[in-house]
Amino acid sequence: MKPASFDYLRPATVADALAALASGGEDARVIAGGQSLMPMLNMRLVQPRLLIDLGRLEELRMLRAEDGWLSVGAAVTQAEVLARPTLAQEVPLLAAALPWVGHFQTRNRGTLCGSVAHADPSAETPLCLVATGGEVVLRNLRRRRTVAAADFFLGPLTTAKAADEIVECVRFPLARRGSGHAFREQSMRRGDFAIAACAATVDDHSASLAVGGVADRPTLRSWPLVAGGLPPDLDEALNAFAWDFGGDDDQHATARYRRDLVRRIGRTVLEEALSCRR
Amino acid sequence: MPPLTSTSPLTAETRHAVSIVLNGAPRTGHAHPRLLLSDFLRHELGAHGTRVGCEHGVCGACTVRIDGVAARACLTLAVQAEGRRIDTIEGLTRANGGCMTALQEAFRRHHALQCGFCTAGILMSLTDYLGRNPKPTEEELRDMLSGHLCRCTGYAGIVRAVMDVTGRTRTEAAHV
Repeated sequence: MKPASFDYLRPATVADALAALASGGEDARVIAGGQSLMPMLNMRLVQPRLLIDLGRLEELRMLRAEDGWLSVGAAVTQAEVLARPTLAQEVPLLAAALPWVGHFQTRNRGTLCGSVAHADPSAETPLCLVATGGEVVLRNLRRRRTVAAADFFLGPLTTAKAADEIVECVRFPLARRGSGHAFREQSMRRGDFAIAACAATVDDHSASLAVGGVADRPTLRSWPLVAGGLPPDLDEALNAFAWDFGGDDDQHATARYRRDLVRRIGRTVLEEALSCRR
Repeated sequence: MPPLTSTSPLTAETRHAVSIVLNGAPRTGHAHPRLLLSDFLRHELGAHGTRVGCEHGVCGACTVRIDGVAARACLTLAVQAEGRRIDTIEGLTRANGGCMTALQEAFRRHHALQCGFCTAGILMSLTDYLGRNPKPTEEELRDMLSGHLCRCTGYAGIVRAVMDVTGRTRTEAAHV
């Protein structure tokens, strides 16, 4: 399996990259870590005429927490974010979910922005972005715009990003005091695509559950707390949530099994999130 | 060495000079932009120790170190490696006076390989991983090894070899 032919550009600046992307149109693609795009190139599922490498652009290496957000630039790897000593305080959900992204060896090159741009429905980073109410910062030659995670993911490998835009950075809101977070997923083996992944957040007023791998995009639902605890009818609520996905059987699992995972893992992570509030 | 960045792309039909530091020695070869680093190492530089398995990042056989960090050579283009330090299995003994490293000796002692196809990749992962986490528990180690497919050993010998080298016995490690 070898990629089809393409021209390769290593631009000096983001502006140069965006200019090349604008003139390349639909035939141009950007690459940073390449851990989602390279398999697709090798299998020739994508055959760009021009590949623009963002991986060495210092402008895209920003990783900082300020004004209530953790911002992660397009060239920052999953391993670099995971190694951030303050991550568990800043975005505890991301700290819990990132070890499930691929493997040690792919996290060393793979980027968070790349996962978000790729938009696999079972991927952990898009799920965390939706679960936390994060944002995607898109940039083309003329302007920058910010899209809420809930509006960014449109379907499998389909996003609100235009062909001339790059995901410049993703932004996760810093965890509020008094909130609790938990993440679990089920896959055939460690590092495989999730059959179902569940991310829970509980604060003073509500409990929310985001589910990946079941619908065509990460999906979030919230319930108000009742007397400071999970709603007494949570099982019914989770059952309704599981059925609303309308999932189909596929080569990985049956729809029935996925519904069962949503009900069981969903309750587990919600209880974990409730009990670890701080 | 050509400049790292440019305003005009490297064209698809041309073989471009790519210079890397392979196991400590500067090497230059030529590559079309679409050439994978795994094929560049094997076919262009003659470093055949790196194996090519699935070519989509799952099996781990092609794992090398790029600037010290374990990564899939099949998910990296040769042109992306320009100017980088690439370490492969050939470099382990070279850096150890021509002798096998303690980890390699332990692999032999504990029958951590049979056909050997996965071994180079696993050793390159381990040299990075154990540098960051010198005494992993068995659970942590098996999590890292999930990035490698071995169809001969069932991983038991590999786990024993690493536990031997790191001074952790399997009984004190968490059971998985």
